[in-house]
Amino acid sequence: MHQDMEIEIENICRIEGHADLSIKVKNGTVEDVKLKIMENKRFFTQGVRGMMFNSVPSIVSRICGTCSIAHLTCCIESIEKAIGVEPTEQTTLLRKLGMYGLMIRDHAMHLYLFCLPDIFKKDSVLNFKGPEEEKLLKDAFYVKGIGNDLCTHILGRAVHPTFSNVGGFNHIPQQDESKELIGKLKTIREPLLDLIKIFYDSDFEFHRKTTYVALVNDDFSHLEGEIRTSKGEVIQEKDYYNHLSRVVLPYSQAVGYEFEGKDYMVGALARVDLNRKNLHMDTLIDTSEYLKTFPSTNLFHNNLAQSIEMLHCVDRSIDLLETMEFKQEKKPEVKPREGTGVGVIEAPRGTLYYLMNVNADGRIKYANLVIPTSQNQINMQDDIRKLVQDNLDRPKEYIEHEIKKLIRAYDPCMSCASHFLRIKWI
Amino acid sequence: MDKKLKIGLFSFTADEGCMIVLLEILNYKFFEWKDKIDIKFSRLFRSSKDFSDLDVAFVEGTISTPREEDKVKVIRAKSKKVVAVGTCAINGSPTNLRNSFDENKMQEIGYVLKKFDLYPKIKSVKDVISVDQEVPGCPMIEDGFVKVMEGYMKEFGVI
Repeated sequence: MHQDMEIEIENICRIEGHADLSIKVKNGTVEDVKLKIMENKRFFTQGVRGMMFNSVPSIVSRICGTCSIAHLTCCIESIEKAIGVEPTEQTTLLRKLGMYGLMIRDHAMHLYLFCLPDIFKKDSVLNFKGPEEEKLLKDAFYVKGIGNDLCTHILGRAVHPTFSNVGGFNHIPQQDESKELIGKLKTIREPLLDLIKIFYDSDFEFHRKTTYVALVNDDFSHLEGEIRTSKGEVIQEKDYYNHLSRVVLPYSQAVGYEFEGKDYMVGALARVDLNRKNLHMDTLIDTSEYLKTFPSTNLFHNNLAQSIEMLHCVDRSIDLLETMEFKQEKKPEVKPREGTGVGVIEAPRGTLYYLMNVNADGRIKYANLVIPTSQNQINMQDDIRKLVQDNLDRPKEYIEHEIKKLIRAYDPCMSCASHFLRIKWI
Repeated sequence: MDKKLKIGLFSFTADEGCMIVLLEILNYKFFEWKDKIDIKFSRLFRSSKDFSDLDVAFVEGTISTPREEDKVKVIRAKSKKVVAVGTCAINGSPTNLRNSFDENKMQEIGYVLKKFDLYPKIKSVKDVISVDQEVPGCPMIEDGFVKVMEGYMKEFGVI
C-alpha cells in the first residue's frame, strides 16, 4: 500500500481542452487533489460588455468549438427574455432540432473517439484492428457524420452556425432535404443500439453518492422546462443561480460551483436519471432492458446515458422532421429594451446558464455564465480523491489509468470551463 | 510499409473549433486518408507526446503565454511544414477580444493575467513564427483544409 505518493498528470489526452492533475498522498491518506483546468482564459464576459445584443450570440459561440450550438442557443434565449421577444413555435422546434443534432455529433465524438479506446484497452481509435473494432471505427465517423448533417440542415453548419439569431431563423430548411435526412437518421439506429450495448456490458464501475441536477421537460428536449434534482427539489430557470455558490480554485483557470453548499453533477447521467420517462417511445421500447440500470450511482453510466440519449435524439428528430412543415414566417419584432434575461438549457455536458443584462440602447451591461464542466469540477475532484483512496494498494500506473478513465467518463470540456472571469458588481 | 505523411495537430489558446471541424472532415475522409497519414501527435486522439520530425504541423489558436510561444517555436523548428489553421492562428481574431479592451476592462482582468502569466495582448501564430500555408475561416473552411492536406500528400510523395 502506498503511504506517501505524488501523482502528476499533465495534459490529459482524449478530452476537450487542456487539463493537468496533481495529487498528494501522505501517511496512507489522500491529502490533496487539484484538477487544474489549463485552458488559457479569453475573458468573454468582459468582451461582450458594451456590444450590441444581436452580435453577442455569434461571439459567445466561439467559447467552445464542439458545443457552440449550445452557447449560441442559450445566449439567444437569455437575450430574448431580456428584451421581451417571444420566439414562434417553429423557431422553438428548429432550436430543439439543432440541439438534437448537436447531441448526436458531440456524444458520438466523445463516446466513439474518446471513450471506446478505454473499453478496448487501446491508446487510440487509430490503433483499432480486427472486425469488431474496425466496424466501430466505421460507425464512429458515420454516426457523427449524420449528426453533423442534421446540424447543417437546421443551422447551416455544425461549428459556429449562422442561421439562428435573436428573434428566429434567417434560413428555413428545405423540405426535400428533410426527407433525405429522415432516411439517413433511420440508418444510425442500429449502430447506436450496438453502442448502447457496449456501454451497458462494460464492467467499469465507480460509485460515490452525489446530487444530480438537470433541466426536466416532457419531450426531453434540452431546451426548456424546470430544473430538478435527485433530492427532489424543483427550481425555475431564473432562480437557478440562487442555489449555486461559486468556489474559487486558485490553481485552476476555471471556477468551481457547489449546489446548496455541496458537490453535484450535471450531464447525461443526471438527465436520464431524472427524466428517462420522457424519452421517445421508440427509445423507451428498444432500450427498456438497459434503462433498468437507472437510477444509478455508477459514474461510468454517464456514457450509457449519453448513448441512450443519442438514440432518443434520433427518434425525436425523425418525428419532428416527418411532421413539421417548414414555412417562411413573420419574425417577432426585435428591438432594444432594458432588461435582464436568464436562459437555461441542457448542453451535451450538462446544465448551461446564461444571464444577460441589456441596457436601453441594446448594449450588454453585464453577462454571467455558468458552464457544465465548471459545475462538475468539484464533483470530479471528490471522485478522484475517493478513487485514489480506495486503490492505494494498487500500482501507481493502475491508479493513473483509472483516474484518466474516470475524468473521460465525465466528458469534460476545458475550453468552455475557462472562458471567463466573473467580477463583483455592486 | 508505404510512406505516410507524418502530421501533428496542435491547439493553442482558442476554442478548438478548427480541430472539431477536422474531426468532421474525417467523417468522409478518414478511410481514404487512413493509410496515407500518420497522426503522430494529437491530444484528441492519443497519449503520445512526441512531436519530433513531423512532415506537417497544423496549428490552431492564438499565443497567449510565454510557454505557448516557446512551444510553437519548437514545433516550427521540428516540422518541415507548418500550417496556420483558422483566423485565430492567422490574425488572432476572434480570441484576441482583450486586445481592444479599454483601460477599465484591462484593470479588471489585470490580476488574472499576472497570476496565470498571460500576455496582456494576444499574438497570432503568424506573429511568432513563419508559416508555410494558411487555412482561413472561423472555423477553418473544410475544402481549404482538404486542399492543403492533399497538396502535401502529393508534395511528400504519399499519393
